[in-house]
Amino acid sequence: MSEPTIFELSSPGRTGVTFPQADVPLTPLPVELLRDNLPLPELSEVDVVRHFTRLSRLNYCIDYGLYPLGSCTMKYNPKINEATARFPGFAYVHPLQPEETVQGSLYLMYHLQEWLKEIAGFSAVSLQPAAGAHGELTGVLMIRAYHQHRGDTKRTRILIPDSAHGTNPATSAMSGFEVVPVPTDKQGNVDLGVLRTLLDDTIAGIMITNPNTLGLFDQNILEVTRLVHEAGGLVYGDGANLNALLGITRPGDLGIDVLHFNLHKTFSTPHGGGGPGSGPVGASDRLKDFLPGPVVEVLEEGDEDYPPLYGFVEPKHSIGRVKSFYGHFGIMVRAYTYIAMHGPEGLRKIAENAVLNANYLQARLRGTYKIPYDRICMHEFVVEGKWEDAPEVIALDISKRLMDYDFHPPTNYFPLIVHDALMIEPTETESRQTLDAFADVMIKIAEEAHTQPELLKSAPHHTPVRRVDEVKAAKDLVLCCWIPEEQK
Amino acid sequence: MNIPAELKYATTDEWVKVEGDVATIGITDYAQDSLSDVVFFEAIVSVGDTIKSKQQIATVESVKAAADINSPVSGEVIAINEALADSPELVNKDPYGAAWMIKVKMSNPSELDNLMDAAGYESYCSGREH
Repeated sequence: MSEPTIFELSSPGRTGVTFPQADVPLTPLPVELLRDNLPLPELSEVDVVRHFTRLSRLNYCIDYGLYPLGSCTMKYNPKINEATARFPGFAYVHPLQPEETVQGSLYLMYHLQEWLKEIAGFSAVSLQPAAGAHGELTGVLMIRAYHQHRGDTKRTRILIPDSAHGTNPATSAMSGFEVVPVPTDKQGNVDLGVLRTLLDDTIAGIMITNPNTLGLFDQNILEVTRLVHEAGGLVYGDGANLNALLGITRPGDLGIDVLHFNLHKTFSTPHGGGGPGSGPVGASDRLKDFLPGPVVEVLEEGDEDYPPLYGFVEPKHSIGRVKSFYGHFGIMVRAYTYIAMHGPEGLRKIAENAVLNANYLQARLRGTYKIPYDRICMHEFVVEGKWEDAPEVIALDISKRLMDYDFHPPTNYFPLIVHDALMIEPTETESRQTLDAFADVMIKIAEEAHTQPELLKSAPHHTPVRRVDEVKAAKDLVLCCWIPEEQK
Repeated sequence: MNIPAELKYATTDEWVKVEGDVATIGITDYAQDSLSDVVFFEAIVSVGDTIKSKQQIATVESVKAAADINSPVSGEVIAINEALADSPELVNKDPYGAAWMIKVKMSNPSELDNLMDAAGYESYCSGREH
């Protein structure tokens, strides 16, 4: 890659910024805080614009093409989201403004909470958590608070299916619980027989993802939630795969007590749209008082002449704040816009088309790629990226070769219960033409794997950066381009 | 896949070499192949520690995944392979030799009866090819 770092492009004395006249009195900085050894890059505006434009052309993004990264729901982010998020009334509010002066923002947050409650079947929602894994941590801390509130201190273990996202066991460990894995049965569901043997009065709950990371709807979900409740445990739902369920079924109705939403994938702005994520948490009656606060509520009902007054309220047994201020508001505006633009019918169509697209791709790849848990899938599916009669080729080679054909690779090597997993999630965004183009390439790559494996082993050939050395990248960390003298 | 006949095997893919009352423990060829390139090794027990069977003794990380390594036997840790911290790639190159992880003076050698022999481990691995 030819593009130097912005530090290498620096030229002493060059500048791209003229500060405006200060409109407040100047106060000199304390002398002890001043330093002259901080080599910030010095560039003109055009240097900066060209540098980042060049970098962006080396990149791959959802505005460029298909991004079938399983479990990430890389759907298109409609441009109207960006327009509403930039409305001055939203973009220029300050979190310390008096509540009476930000009623529009509070209106949006309140109604987003209400919509999320309705979409997922919960009694209450808090918008605070910063992103998905943070929502998980919040939910599990609520489960812990619930048991402690009841004086039930012997519940120290959490059950986690072996198909779970890696963040689930990490969350439980961070919350002070012992992680107990639950195996997956041959159909790709939670193994009920083993689950029964694990349930006792030391189990605080289970963390379950439905559809799971194989892209399969757990056919025994009602039995799973019933058994866990019967044993006195609670059910955490990982909302990562909620896109498949919108308008069709609701996690709350399945017996899930607490769930995080990934606003930044289910409701567009995948991967935060380049910004932060947002991981609101929804709770059942039993857990709603433990939600992180504050949440937005109607303080005074409105009438014909006056709108309601919205304000912040702390849930009764709240676990407290989990984020400074109120969460990532800009992403809430985008999610609100997305839900408002689609409406209930539109949301259901999103789920139907996401599931249809995944099943279409799965059907086109069946026979060429081995599908270890082969049944009707939900929004994604997992194939094996290897063949017995092409022993040299592994999933990574297929992913790299896809880049030569101008597609972003799927998620690879996850879930861990499938060898050389390739996890493919097309989302509802893609047309049949795009799905066919991708399937054609996948089939062509499978043929190459058998006839010219070296093409895959040395791929990618047509990208700005060729095959990277992953071992070196993991072992030889260079995270800092400049180390201050005194820290060397 | 290489499965030496003289070793014992755990379902969690550790091997055990028995010499008198000393057990040497590492991970199998199958395990290193599944993990792919190993980039990190850290023992989480120290020489002199008393450990129980199934207790975690180390963590390995590859470019794909992280895995806990458990001791198949109980006893006292008498040696840890210091070379692995600097050269974790030995796990891929020589899983049964240079990449041994710890040595344990066994307190309950009958635990070895719970482990598989080479033939048992081979059929166990082929059964996992879903």
